[in-house]
Order: sequence, then structure tokens, then C-alpha cells
Amino acid sequence: MKRSIILSVVVLIVVAVLAPLAGSSHIELGRAFAGVSPDHEIFFYARLPRVILALLGGAALSVTGVLFQCMLRDPLAEPYTLGVSSGASVGAVIAICLGWRATGVASLAGAALVLLMVLGMAVEGRRLSSFTLLLTGVTMNSMAFAVILFLHNLASFSQSFAISRWLMGGLEAVEYSTLAWLAVVVIGVSVLVTIYAPHWNLLAVGDDWAASRGVSTVRLTAMGYIAGSVLTGLVTSLTGPIGFVGLIVPHALRLKLGADHRALLPCAFLLGGAFLVACDTLSRTVIAPTEIPVGVLTALCGGPFFLWLLKSRRRSLWL
Amino acid sequence: MTSFVANQLGFAYGLHEATFEFPRNGLITIAGPNGAGKSTLLGILAGLRSPYLGSCTYAGKEVRQWSKREFARKVAFLPQSIRLEFPFTAEEVVLMGRTPYARGWFQTDEDRSAAVDAMTITDTLGFRARDFRSLSGGERQRVILASALTQRPEALLLDEPATHLDLRHQLALYRLLGELAKSLLVVAVTHDLNLALQFSHRVMVLEDGRIAGDGAPRKVLNPELIAHVFGVQATMHGSWMSYEA
Repeated sequence: MKRSIILSVVVLIVVAVLAPLAGSSHIELGRAFAGVSPDHEIFFYARLPRVILALLGGAALSVTGVLFQCMLRDPLAEPYTLGVSSGASVGAVIAICLGWRATGVASLAGAALVLLMVLGMAVEGRRLSSFTLLLTGVTMNSMAFAVILFLHNLASFSQSFAISRWLMGGLEAVEYSTLAWLAVVVIGVSVLVTIYAPHWNLLAVGDDWAASRGVSTVRLTAMGYIAGSVLTGLVTSLTGPIGFVGLIVPHALRLKLGADHRALLPCAFLLGGAFLVACDTLSRTVIAPTEIPVGVLTALCGGPFFLWLLKSRRRSLWL
Repeated sequence: MTSFVANQLGFAYGLHEATFEFPRNGLITIAGPNGAGKSTLLGILAGLRSPYLGSCTYAGKEVRQWSKREFARKVAFLPQSIRLEFPFTAEEVVLMGRTPYARGWFQTDEDRSAAVDAMTITDTLGFRARDFRSLSGGERQRVILASALTQRPEALLLDEPATHLDLRHQLALYRLLGELAKSLLVVAVTHDLNLALQFSHRVMVLEDGRIAGDGAPRKVLNPELIAHVFGVQATMHGSWMSYEA
């Protein structure tokens, strides 16, 4: 377990250091730090914030994927299963249609609204069950999708383009102040859920199994849902929905490390971050200056790799 | 000395006015037709079904008032089976039983030695590193039992533990439960009256949520009661019985 976490840290550092150096225009690190233009601007204002956003986003989505798969005991669960990101998308689409510039704020509001609605539905009678969560979340997704289709239908040509681009998801450089509070929340929430790693192990087996071994299952399920939704909602409001990361990173790690959440959660945070940074770097370099939507690359790079893992099915730390 | 004491115990559906006292050791089987309330009763004893009506105490304290963690150090519950979606090893499943004792994030030497002890008793040490999902029904059942034993419980509650086992493993399991029952209370729900007859010290028969019989197996499991509760004709052959419709 310690070895796998240390290895993940190393991978993340290597990826995070190399990523900002790659790009369509060649820059030198020395000149960037010396404040020489344009290297300084490219490094600090175009690439570094984007790498940090990818790192935090990948980490948050992967940790959420681990949590939701565990709570729902459903290998197909992912961060978008429980409806919050659909809420974020509806918020953003409404903002685009009304011509508001603050799509991020609107999508955050949409995510928060769905979070509260699902919680309100599911905690009725203090019996929060993963089953109610799943059904409520899936229903929210369908309703949100219907609203998006409706608005898309009414939208003008340019709005329609903006909506499609938003729904594709993608990473852009954001303000350092935004990154700072994102980092605080993502790291804070991830540490909090990782503290409960031994209890997630029991919840992954079953509610009665966990409850009869001293775990407060309702409290833990509620915490997992809120934690995962906060992570997903925040990240989605900044990047739009980016598929595949939250589904495949947890499974790839389980194939290699097993199901123990004490190794799984830290490694999902570290390698999920590294994976999205790597995919985003490819997305802006492969056919530069045109960018490939990062969601396309997460699926195209991650998919074959995952299939290969699935085929080899050998548990070990090294590949 | 008693462990569980139930007085007028009931549940919204499936159990009415059950009154009984369980000793601190011995093997007690609970039998009865489908829907008679066996699993409901076991669930209440395990602290998993609430709110219940009436009273049910363990060691003098109402079951619903125990803290979950404290209770899990006294009473261990074994579900009929568990279905895993994720690749936990047999040993990881066993070690989950140590949760009520955990003080931090890491397992202690005591946890690991408790797991080795429990896996030795249940003869599961040989496949400790295997994926739980790759085990046979009998092996899984023994791993789950080992997990419950690592809780170092005073009482062991089992929901149809022999259902997925072949004949040899059924007998081996009940023999093991009989051994364990020398020092702790073992309560097992079963559909197999011959196992109840052969191994248990006391049998409780439920019918439509009420106790239809409670006492020594030979006395309780008589042809009249079986005809009345199960609707089959039973014939005793010394220490075992046969039935026909």
C-alpha cells in the first residue's frame, strides 16, 4: 500500500512537471521564471493554471468514482450517475441561452440545486438508501437532459454552438484565485473521505454487513453522496462534463491494487490527476494549434489501456 | 445468566409478542416456514431492524440503545451470503470483522493475529490471498464465519448458514458451531429440521410471527407440531426424521 502511494506520487510529479513544458510553442523554463516574454506569460498564464485545473479535476472525478461505485455497489457508477453534473449542465445551458457571461456560477447553482433536491428526496424518514439515491439521481439526469434538449432546440445558431462546446467539456486556463479555492475544497474533501477508508471497505460489501460491524451506514452514505457531489459539481462548473476519468481510473486501480479503499482513494486522487493532465497535454499538442476535446482523449487513450489491463488481470504494483 | 431477553417483542410486519430468554452459551436454532418471521427476529437481535415493539435487551441493555461499535464487539451477525462487486481477498473480508476494535487507519498486530486464529478455526487460511469472488459457496461461508469470529463476539447470529453448502460441509459447519457454542451463544436460522434435531440444544419454531414451540429439540420437534406448523407428516427414526406431504 505504501509503495503504491509513493509510486503514484512520483508519477503525478513527473507528469505535472513535464506537462506545462509541452505545447505548440517551445518555451524554456529558465526564461519563464526570469520573467522573459512570451515564455513567462505562456508558462504562468496559459499552461500552468490549466495543468493545475486538470490535476484537481482528474483527482476529484476519480475519487468520486471510487466513492459512488462503492456506495451504490455498482461497477458502472461514475461521478455523473447521481445527477449533480446534469444540474450543472442545465445551469450552464440556461446561462448561455439567456446570454449571461457567468456560466460557471450558473452551473454551480444548478449543481447545488440538484444536490439539495436529491438529498431532500432520499433522506426522508432518515433512511438514506443507496437504492433511492440511484433512482433519484438517474431520474434527475433524465429530466435535466430533457431540459437541455428543449433549450437547445430554442437556441440560436451561435448559442447552439456554445451549448455543444460546453457539453463536450474541456479545460481552459482559469484564475489562480479560482484554482486556490478549488484546491482547498478538492484536497480537503478527498482527505476527509480517505480518513474513512476502512469504513468504505465494509460499505462496499453491504449495508447490513457494515452496520453489524459498527459502521453508521446512513451517515457514511450521506457523507459519500455530499462529498462526491461537491467535488463533481465544482469541477463540472469549471470544465463541463469530462467523461471516462471517473469510471475507468477506479477500475484500473482496482485491477492493479485490489479493492482496499486505503490504497484506492489516495491512488485515485494522485493517478486520476496525472491521467487527466496527460490527456489534456495530448489534447492541446497532438494536432496543435487545433485542440481535441479532452473527453475524446480520455476515452481514446484510457479505453485501450483499460482493455489491456482487463485482459492481463494481474494484480501487482508494476505494470 | 442470560444474554438476550425479549419481552412482548414485535415488529411492524412478521413478528408478534415474542417472549423468551437466551442463555450465554449453547446452540439455538430457529425454524419455521417461509415468512414466519425467522429473519426478522434474527435482524432485531442483530440490531439491524428497528424500531421494534416491546423490549429486547442484550446483557440487560435495550438493543436499540447500544452503540453500534460496542454492540459489534458483543454480537456478530452473519448474513446468508454476501455478493461482492469488487476484488476483496478472503483475508480482507475476514479483517473487516476487526472494525469495531479499530483505533486508526492501519491494522494492528492484534487484528492480524485474530484473523489468523479465526481462519485457522474455519480452515480458510489456505486461500487467504484469493479473490473472495473466486471461492466456492462453502469456502465463502467459512470466510464469512471467520470474519464474524474476529469480532471476538459473545453471541453469534447466523441466517441460514448451511443453505449454500453440500451435505458434508453442512455437517462440518454445524459441528463447528456446536464446538463454538460451548463458550458462546450461537443462534442459527435453519430450514433443516434434522440439523436442528441433531446439533442444537434448543429449538424455537415460529409460525406466522408467533412462537409455536420453544425448548429441547426432541420435545419441540414432534410430529404433531410439525404437521401443524409445516403441514407435512413427519416420522421419527431415532435421532432423525423423515417427512412426506
